[in-house]
Amino acid sequence: MSIRERLSGNEAVAVAMRQINPDVMPAFPITPSTEIPQYFSAFVANGQVDTAFVPVESEHSAMSAAIGAEAAGARTLTATSSCGLALMWEELYVAASDRLPIALALVNRALSGPININCDHSDAMGARDAGWIQIFSESNQEAYDNFVQAYRIAEHKDVRLPIMICQDGFITSHAVENIELIEDDKVKAFVGEYCPENYLLNDNGTMAVGPYAIPAYYMETKRAQLEALKNAKKVALEVAEEFEKISGRKYGLFETYKTEDADYIMIIMGSAAGTGKEAVDELRAEGKKVGLLKIRLFRPFPSEEIANAIKHVKYIACMDRTESFNGHSGPIGNDVRTALYNAKADCEVINYVYGIGGRDVTVESLKSVYEALMEIEKTGDVGERYHYLSLRD
Amino acid sequence: MAYNFKELMNKEERLAPGHRMCAGCGGTIAVRNVLRALHDEDRAVITNATGCLEVSTFMYPYTAWKDSYIHNAFENAGATCSGVEAAYNVLKAKGKVKNNFKFITFGGDGGTYDIGFQSLSGAMERNHDMVYVCYDNGAYMNTGIQRSSATPMYADTTTTPVGKESNGKTQNRKDLSAIMANHDIPYVGQTTFVQNFKDLHIKAEKAIYTKGAAFLNIMAPCPRGWRYNTEDIIDICKLAVETCYWPLFEVEKGKWTLNYKPKTKLPIEDFLKPQGRFKHLFKKGNEHLIEEFQAEVDRRWELLLKACEE
Repeated sequence: MSIRERLSGNEAVAVAMRQINPDVMPAFPITPSTEIPQYFSAFVANGQVDTAFVPVESEHSAMSAAIGAEAAGARTLTATSSCGLALMWEELYVAASDRLPIALALVNRALSGPININCDHSDAMGARDAGWIQIFSESNQEAYDNFVQAYRIAEHKDVRLPIMICQDGFITSHAVENIELIEDDKVKAFVGEYCPENYLLNDNGTMAVGPYAIPAYYMETKRAQLEALKNAKKVALEVAEEFEKISGRKYGLFETYKTEDADYIMIIMGSAAGTGKEAVDELRAEGKKVGLLKIRLFRPFPSEEIANAIKHVKYIACMDRTESFNGHSGPIGNDVRTALYNAKADCEVINYVYGIGGRDVTVESLKSVYEALMEIEKTGDVGERYHYLSLRD
Repeated sequence: MAYNFKELMNKEERLAPGHRMCAGCGGTIAVRNVLRALHDEDRAVITNATGCLEVSTFMYPYTAWKDSYIHNAFENAGATCSGVEAAYNVLKAKGKVKNNFKFITFGGDGGTYDIGFQSLSGAMERNHDMVYVCYDNGAYMNTGIQRSSATPMYADTTTTPVGKESNGKTQNRKDLSAIMANHDIPYVGQTTFVQNFKDLHIKAEKAIYTKGAAFLNIMAPCPRGWRYNTEDIIDICKLAVETCYWPLFEVEKGKWTLNYKPKTKLPIEDFLKPQGRFKHLFKKGNEHLIEEFQAEVDRRWELLLKACEE
């Protein structure tokens, strides 16, 4: 029997971490993810886990120590947000290149400046080319479920890459929701023992990690990483299928909501997908054929799969909770357009920047996005393709 | 334990020859002599900050390291080693690792005094059971002899070049050994290549086999950066000690001990003269610069004598 609880997203992830009982957790506090290492420290203090908690002096050192620990043969995780992830940036690339399946709980928060502690995805987007698997969660339940599945994907022999489980700062990290936890023993059996093949502390051999690679080898390293990252797509689906058996909850690479007969689709990620579904329901009640696609696996990007799911739709709005300063689109806008172009789809795609720095995302505001798509159909005038939603005058 | 030079030098090398470090490199001499202090039955994981040592000893697909080895980045060798050591404690307790492992980190003065200082300070404060060894050659040699906070005053480097308006570096060097001692860690040692490596060996063994965090600062001259005749490295080290520029001392659980006191303290010119980086100090009219250098050496020596209750 699963356990019904009321937990914040941070606590839910901390519970998943306790159930996983990792070997090492180096961490440095930063709002809004601070509660995760706090809860976890209490588990350590109460003898509920066997983990070495390393209270490092910065996020750079958190990821550096995580790399050392994981390379040594220990199952390792950490948590951070915003500037913390930015400070780790160099190390994120090292972790991926060293093929270390570290798990990171990212509680999404805006990057400075101006300094802002609220939600957006600029932190995760700054790391999107680092070679990590990135999974986004809509709710506390998803944050928990995704974290339970994390190591099975990351440690898979065809993958062996670090994984970032993202949830939205404050919106899910601090809001308390009803949640269903899986029993400790079931999680333990699902996640399994970590048995790396090669590691620093191997009693039966030595290992050297982190070489200098000249041009004759560097490129092949990156290509090998890409192949592994691409494999994460298939593995994520296999793991989701097994997860459904123990939880009854179904996960894919993305979720479609009323898209089958939709004429207008919004593509969105994170907690705002819940608000978007409400907007869909209200517009559907008015007879409008609207739908929503929520991305779960952002890296690797399920390009063909998303194109196949939406290429029949004429009007699409891509919702980016970040500004990527190229002047024409956000990361989701870019990826979706590339996917559609490669699929030779003929869709009108507009792109919105929304909710950055914690700007409220309301049902009304997301309904206005669908209304803009309908207006394009009505007038035949696409106009600007890159917008800011709910911007003050 | 009696120090047996011949026996030690005949131990199997744990850093294999064939790496690409320069002939006469002080860094390599430091590494080989620290590794000789490891007991044969013990295994080790070596952590290495980015620098000459790393790029020259672990160029894919070859490694010169016989022990397990990890290079992560420039500024985080302390933190990386912390992670390895934390992993060891857990895996050992779980019975997943049977061997005894020791944890040794090597960084140059760039990776230790400067960019890696925070990471080092954190690792030492958390008292991980590890040794951080700085091979201090007094500048960023890997990138081409730029000044560091370990560079002595008036040294000619590529970012403190001597010119019409410049006599080289304008600041004194940071006293990192003292700073590490003030972290209140179980062991700090400062040494270099003198006495047939006896002082280095004893300190390395103490550092490795003292439980908790240990820091070893080894002056490791760089013939390219210091511009002396490569074969004179041992003389240079001896002069550094005899002039009291680089005193041999250790701090065990807060107790400072001077390990060697020259019978006659030699003038600093003796150390500066053979090095091209100080050539300009010997130009006519620059005598006062040498006097200033001497005054700083004297000031620090007196402080050390006081700390060691000499």
